[in-house]
Amino acid sequence: MSTSAVNPKKRTGPVIFSEYNSGDGIKKAFSLKREDILFELKESKLKGRGGAGFPTSSKWMLTAAATSEKKFLICNADEGEPGTFKDRVLLQEYPELVFDGMVIGGYTIGAKYGIVYLRGEYEYIYESLQSYLQSMRKRNFLGNNILGSNFSFDIKIHLGAGAYVCGEETALIESLEGERGEPRNRPPYPVNTGYMGYPTVVNNVETLAAVPHIVCKSGKWFKKFGTDKSTGSKLFSVSGDCNKPGVYELPWGITIRELLNIVEAENTKAVQVGGASGICIPKSGFDRKLGYEDAATGGSVIVFNEKRNMLQVLKNFMEFFVEESCGQCTPCRIGNVKLLEGVEKIEKGNYTFSYINTLKELGNTMKVASKCGLGQSSPNSFISILENFKDEIFKSNGANNDRVG
Amino acid sequence: MLTLEKNSLSEEIEELVSLYGENRGSLLEILGAIEKKYGYISEFAQQEVARLLNIHPVEVYSFISFFSFLHSKPQGRNMVRMCKTIACNMKGADNISAVIEKELGIKFGETTKNRRVTLEYTNCLGMCDCAPAMLVNGKIYTNLDVEKAIKIINELK
Repeated sequence: MSTSAVNPKKRTGPVIFSEYNSGDGIKKAFSLKREDILFELKESKLKGRGGAGFPTSSKWMLTAAATSEKKFLICNADEGEPGTFKDRVLLQEYPELVFDGMVIGGYTIGAKYGIVYLRGEYEYIYESLQSYLQSMRKRNFLGNNILGSNFSFDIKIHLGAGAYVCGEETALIESLEGERGEPRNRPPYPVNTGYMGYPTVVNNVETLAAVPHIVCKSGKWFKKFGTDKSTGSKLFSVSGDCNKPGVYELPWGITIRELLNIVEAENTKAVQVGGASGICIPKSGFDRKLGYEDAATGGSVIVFNEKRNMLQVLKNFMEFFVEESCGQCTPCRIGNVKLLEGVEKIEKGNYTFSYINTLKELGNTMKVASKCGLGQSSPNSFISILENFKDEIFKSNGANNDRVG
Repeated sequence: MLTLEKNSLSEEIEELVSLYGENRGSLLEILGAIEKKYGYISEFAQQEVARLLNIHPVEVYSFISFFSFLHSKPQGRNMVRMCKTIACNMKGADNISAVIEKELGIKFGETTKNRRVTLEYTNCLGMCDCAPAMLVNGKIYTNLDVEKAIKIINELK
């Protein structure tokens, strides 16, 4: 009954799921100079796959250039965005890509320590990852003097304890240091003052999984896929109303309509791109392209069909943010509660339009005044759902608003 | 708590501290290990951890209160965490939750009288492609329906 067992089906895709043999990336990296690896990475234009889209090569270069007795590389496996499950698939089925990526990263930036921050919800993957690390140590891909070189690197796995906000890199570091997972003020950025005050690179699981491919097959090859501003491919986690939910590797730049055809979605009314913190796109926007320049996403794509009540969808998202806000800064702590109250009032038909407009303004204030990405992005779905589905939500004036569908 | 129990718990915590390191950075791992074994972190355990790491006990409590998977009050022997985020919700998680509540005679957030089961809601479990999903003592169950869920729950009772 449990599905913690690995799906034996081998996946296919242009980049991440393309042919790769465990250890090849590490061997290739050791034959190159650090600058060459950084060059390939820059050439590939790889951007962070967690959602924020910061160029990976910049992070690595800044950390590589920092002089410090210790440096750290952290793999952010605190995948908590609603509708995202690609990292789970990578860690269960392709640990070699993620860990090889970490060793290459450690070698390039000059870090001796790697940490995987695995969300507590994925505790059932912990043992298999540990045994994979052990097999890497046996083959000398990890540990002291890797493959006879003078480079030593080891990886530890830390389990999180159920906090969405710890996916934010500075909150993640705080919790690793034994503090409440509250995001820090930035700057300073982790690349110069990170874990325990040392220069630290924090990369998403999928970002690291792309690295061995880039090292083996070049940045130029990687760039062939996707668009000019969004190079390479993306793992999309598709869920909701479609016949074939799951993880799909597709080149950036694919339109929402094309994706809906692939996952066999019928009678689609709307698509939530980027999870609860993303935006809700109605039918009229289905020709928009998925990519950093248009509809950006960390991978989450949730499909809603005609039967769904969008106000209830929004309520579910707002309840999520109220619970997961760390409570440190006022716009996010109070703002999300106010937005949820607003949704509940609309549900009961107990609202005025000037009140709704005030809430939208509050949302815009939260976007600029919140300390971290959580509060800066939580009003996205509030604003986009009320805007795009105003006919449906306000026409019924509260009636029929009590079910998701 | 008996003196004997206190002593053995102290020893256990000392071992955890020497295993994970005598610094604040080990807090997540030490508390995670205590939670895993006892289902919660008692006041005495919090004080011991604080003493050994040389921090104030309130800082340990503050840390525990931040994380939804750490508890300062005793929980049931089995921890059921039902996902209530959107994808599971769309596939009928609320209906399953209602049936589970009825079957156990408790609400989410409560523990059964015999202390065998605690029910908790949790946010996205990352199982949206095989929703609805729940965690039982860290083990994942997916593609739930009422029948399946009740069978799992009744084995815990």
